[in-house]
Amino acid sequence: MTIAISLKDLRKVYANGTEALKGISLDVEQGDFFALLGPNGAGKTTIIGIISTLVNKTAGNVEVFDKRVDTHIYETKLDLGVVPQEINFSQFEKVQDIVMTQAGYYGLPRKLASQRCEKYLRKLGLWEKRSERSRSLSGGMKRRLMIARALVHEPRLLILDEPTAGVDIELRRSMWEFLTEMNNKGTTIILTTHYLEEAEQLCRNIAIIDDGEIIENTSMKSLLADLDSQVFILDSATEIPAQLNLDLPNISLYRIDGHSFEVTVTGDQSINEVFSRLDQQGVKVNSMRNKTNRLEQLFLARLRDN
Amino acid sequence: MFANHKLIAFETIVIKEVRRFSRIWLQTLVPPVIMITLYFVIFGNMVGRRIGEMGGFQYMEFIVPGLIMMSVIQNSYSNVVSSFFSHKFQRSIEELLVSPVPNYVILTGFIAGGMARGLAVGAIVTVTAMFFTDLSIQYPLLTIAVILLTSIVFSLAGFINAVFANSFDDISIIPTFVLTPLIYLGGVFYSSQLLPPFWRIVSGLNPIFYMVNTFRYGILGSSDVNIYWAFLILGVFIVVLYSSCIWLLRRGTGIRS
Ligand SMILES: Nc1ncnc2c1ncn2[C@@H]1O[C@H](COP(=O)(O)OP(=O)(O)OP(=O)(O)O)[C@@H](O)[C@H]1O
Ligand SMILES: [Mg+2]
Repeated sequence: MTIAISLKDLRKVYANGTEALKGISLDVEQGDFFALLGPNGAGKTTIIGIISTLVNKTAGNVEVFDKRVDTHIYETKLDLGVVPQEINFSQFEKVQDIVMTQAGYYGLPRKLASQRCEKYLRKLGLWEKRSERSRSLSGGMKRRLMIARALVHEPRLLILDEPTAGVDIELRRSMWEFLTEMNNKGTTIILTTHYLEEAEQLCRNIAIIDDGEIIENTSMKSLLADLDSQVFILDSATEIPAQLNLDLPNISLYRIDGHSFEVTVTGDQSINEVFSRLDQQGVKVNSMRNKTNRLEQLFLARLRDN
Repeated sequence: MFANHKLIAFETIVIKEVRRFSRIWLQTLVPPVIMITLYFVIFGNMVGRRIGEMGGFQYMEFIVPGLIMMSVIQNSYSNVVSSFFSHKFQRSIEELLVSPVPNYVILTGFIAGGMARGLAVGAIVTVTAMFFTDLSIQYPLLTIAVILLTSIVFSLAGFINAVFANSFDDISIIPTFVLTPLIYLGGVFYSSQLLPPFWRIVSGLNPIFYMVNTFRYGILGSSDVNIYWAFLILGVFIVVLYSSCIWLLRRGTGIRS
């Protein structure tokens, strides 16, 4: 089994004193589709910055396919493609020139470079736009341009920093498909995201990072298994009795006011049962909604555990 | 990275740089020509006729080498400082930093870009000058050598300026407050023979004085300075500036956090 990337006790203190990473250790296997999930300011971009040498580490070690990035600069960089969180191409250049220039930086001969350029611009739906200045692209197109640019040297490891932030649902789906296809063909993919749904759709393994520390590093499956409680808010047309008790295992109730209450359901308790008991007690439910998204719950649960 | 890959990367940077200053030719190639034409008309022609001779030549002939040198210096410097700074500003420098291009290829690529613009403008100015005076070059090889080396020196200097610059103000401070005075006091418009002894010694501390005079020697065959000294100075500047640039790139000053 080959490790695509290995981080060992990575620490970063920025010049202004911010301690962004407090000892991050992480292994991602070759062929994996890995999610790095965490709130704003958790340190995700800093990790990617250190891997791609845009950020100088304070301590620790990064290995890409068993080679240290600071000693095997060329080999490790050839294996790595990075799609940054923020736009970082010249706004005055043409779409095609941006990709061709990147190919040149990787030493691709012109003919091969233009083949690859066409291949990836077509794949990402940008071929028609190839002669336009990048400034005139929409936000979603700019993201796709950065993906095409990162792929032009066909790296074995692709890292995407919030690739779907600010991208509409349709485009997000097509990006997911594209990335899944890349992964099926053998590219190891790491992406950062704020959305558990995205990680859930795409990734096999996940690390959750908060405040510069990894608080969870596990498979998507086992993470979701822990996430089996849901909270609903129910509104009733009739006045809710003060002493409402459904007498069901795995269900707890909390009365918010005379007409609404919270129900927490854990395990595989059926919700039907909840409704029929409420009916027996004369409570007529006329609407129901999910209280929190599961990611929030997950964070809260993990932060409580820590 | 293999040698041929490095060569491709180098070419890529140079082509990108040339494309940049050609795209904005109205800002990069036209202004120096207009400025130099005005110098020729006003100083060379109108004022120059009153002045008569300078250093043994017609005043117009005397200032032509200085004006060519001035445009090469200013344009080499300004191309590298504004291009590298705008790469920093737009963050497109990250494209280079994540790629396997070695630091010395990055540096020489930008320097070649600066030289391309400096020499292009120098050539345009030379052609313009031919409309005003007969130009014959006494020592062509020496003339070319000194202009190439000078262009390298100021491209490197522009690079250092860009590394430290944090705003658009920072890229115009050095050209305005350091470079322009040194050029004007570097013997472009007068022979140091006219200066009182004290100021002649002060002129001797100005590196541009040596470059302008050596270039003038190449074209007219007469100089206020020792030519060997001038080449030594150029050589020392190139070595020191180049090493400093490489050191700054390796540290990531201004480009890696
Ligand atoms: N160049 C910098 N100088 C100083 N502090 C920085 C710098 N870049 C990031 N930080 C700080 O480091 C911490 C981690 O930031 P980072 O950008 O890595 O977070 P993130 O997980 O990518 O967040 P987001 O989800 O918002 O993108 C934050 O506190 C941030 O303010
Ligand atoms: Mg980030």
